Amino acid sequence: MSWFKRSKHNIAPDNQKKDTPEGLWSKCDSCQEIITKAALEQNLWVCPKCGFHFRISSKEYFDILFDAGTCREFDKKITSKDPLGFVDTKRYRDRIKDSIKKTGLHDAIRCGTGKMNGHAVVIACMDFTFIGGSMGAVVGEKISRAAERAYKTKKPLVIISSSGGARMMEAAYSLMQMAKTSAHLARLAEAKIPYISIMTDPTTGGVTASFAMLGDVNIGEPGALIGFAGPRVIKQTIGKNLPDGFQKAEFVQEKGFLDLVVPRKEMKDTVSKLIGMMSA
Amino acid sequence: MPRVVLEFEKPIFDLEQKIEEMRSLSDNLDIGDELVTLEKKVQQLRESIYANLTRWQKVQLARHPERPYTLDYIQMMLTDFIELHGDRTFGDDRAIVGGFGKLDGEPVMVIGHQKGRDTKSNLFRNFGMPQPEGYRKALRLMKLAVKFNRPIITLVDTPGAYPGIGAEERGQAEAIARNLFEMSRLPVPIIVVIIGEGASGGALGIGVGDRILMLENTWYSVIAPESCSSILWRSWEFKEQAAEALRLTAPDLLEQKIIDRIVPEPLGGAHRNPTEIGVTLQKILIEELAALQKIKPDRLVDKRLAKFSAMGVWSE
Repeated sequence: MSWFKRSKHNIAPDNQKKDTPEGLWSKCDSCQEIITKAALEQNLWVCPKCGFHFRISSKEYFDILFDAGTCREFDKKITSKDPLGFVDTKRYRDRIKDSIKKTGLHDAIRCGTGKMNGHAVVIACMDFTFIGGSMGAVVGEKISRAAERAYKTKKPLVIISSSGGARMMEAAYSLMQMAKTSAHLARLAEAKIPYISIMTDPTTGGVTASFAMLGDVNIGEPGALIGFAGPRVIKQTIGKNLPDGFQKAEFVQEKGFLDLVVPRKEMKDTVSKLIGMMSA
Repeated sequence: MPRVVLEFEKPIFDLEQKIEEMRSLSDNLDIGDELVTLEKKVQQLRESIYANLTRWQKVQLARHPERPYTLDYIQMMLTDFIELHGDRTFGDDRAIVGGFGKLDGEPVMVIGHQKGRDTKSNLFRNFGMPQPEGYRKALRLMKLAVKFNRPIITLVDTPGAYPGIGAEERGQAEAIARNLFEMSRLPVPIIVVIIGEGASGGALGIGVGDRILMLENTWYSVIAPESCSSILWRSWEFKEQAAEALRLTAPDLLEQKIIDRIVPEPLGGAHRNPTEIGVTLQKILIEELAALQKIKPDRLVDKRLAKFSAMGVWSE
């Protein structure tokens, strides 16, 4: 299990470029192996040598989970209105514009319906490259609508998380998305419709403390950082170094908060088998 | 007079002190007129200072160490309160207290964050920062309230859920998420009152309800201004700007349609006259509860979902 050996695991924005490998060759963040992009893609962006899971975008995850040609995206155009006129070292409005340009998405999430090994499903997948996958009103609204669609059409819901937490630039509005998404999932649960939560690297803060932890089945990708407080904050608070493997998916499973740690290659089959056993 | 005086309150307290000194001398001197003038002046000063607080100054008032805390409100507003302890799984978190008590003669479940007043009690209360077992105790008590059809009142006052190794190991995120999930469907009225600090998921973890109230000098947001400053500005020095940018005061949240009502505080803050704020809040809670109790449980839960669904601004 060599992915434990990964020495660095920053969530700093400087490292975001590593999310999706570009060019012909890529280097594995964990074992430094040089891999061709084609081979990596073939292997679902998992290092063939050490099993390290590269961060991927919602587009790639949709390709992995949906049966080819069945996906229909919805709510593509919902965009943040910067309700507070938030400015820090940069205007939030400009951050949104830049992220839209960079990712081609309107916010940190993509939603679609389609088939997964023949099962009709609703899938929502977050994008870490869009302002750190943070949850503002748009992510909250799109998750809620995905849950509502699942509720109304009686289709199982799958959410793939990848997020630094709630989006600071929408302040209290962002915080309330935690309650909003959880409330929609509670209604879905009452209707006995399955919800599978997949946590990828990283899933932290307000996203973990709301919809990500509320799956009927909680699944983590190998080596993914999953937690409430970020490692830096905890380190500052307690003034000590953190134990090896702390907040990694395997650790979170050992502590009882993940049902499964599933390699990306087995994700589609595992999730569809579970759905087959939980829904009519 | 309060023992802790905030920077911006200094002019008021200097003047108040001067008046007191003069009073102690006034037996021998005829300075009655001058005293009246000074009293008038200090009152004007109070009104102008407290009416024009910046958001950061309000954050400081919300954290004033002499403000009433949950157990103080319970003592002022309820009779026959019996505190109930423990999450039945791991332990009893002292940063969250709860139990049955009577509000205007009617049994209610009250749950709130609890801070300490000095080093010793702050350590005991972990500065009002709950561990997962605190949220799980809160949920256990809320389900107890549902079982016996009693309304729930939660009092929010926390600098955040505790970020520690043990808290992560025992599922801080899951505990908060579970509470949001469950609280959104509990078939009894829930009233949430922000009485001090409403910091992020640690606050919201007991903050889902049918009516959300904020005391006048409190704050509620996704992150504390200092932490926001350290992340977005990469320095702790921009807390004032962060507080302004976050728009985190009671009037801000009322405008954002996130809260329903502001509870007025005595001039200078709740700690200047705890009895007064206790009476005010008690009256408002009785009134709010009476209105909620007229709504049927299914409808209450539907309305709660609709209320949180409406939060946020976007275009499409």
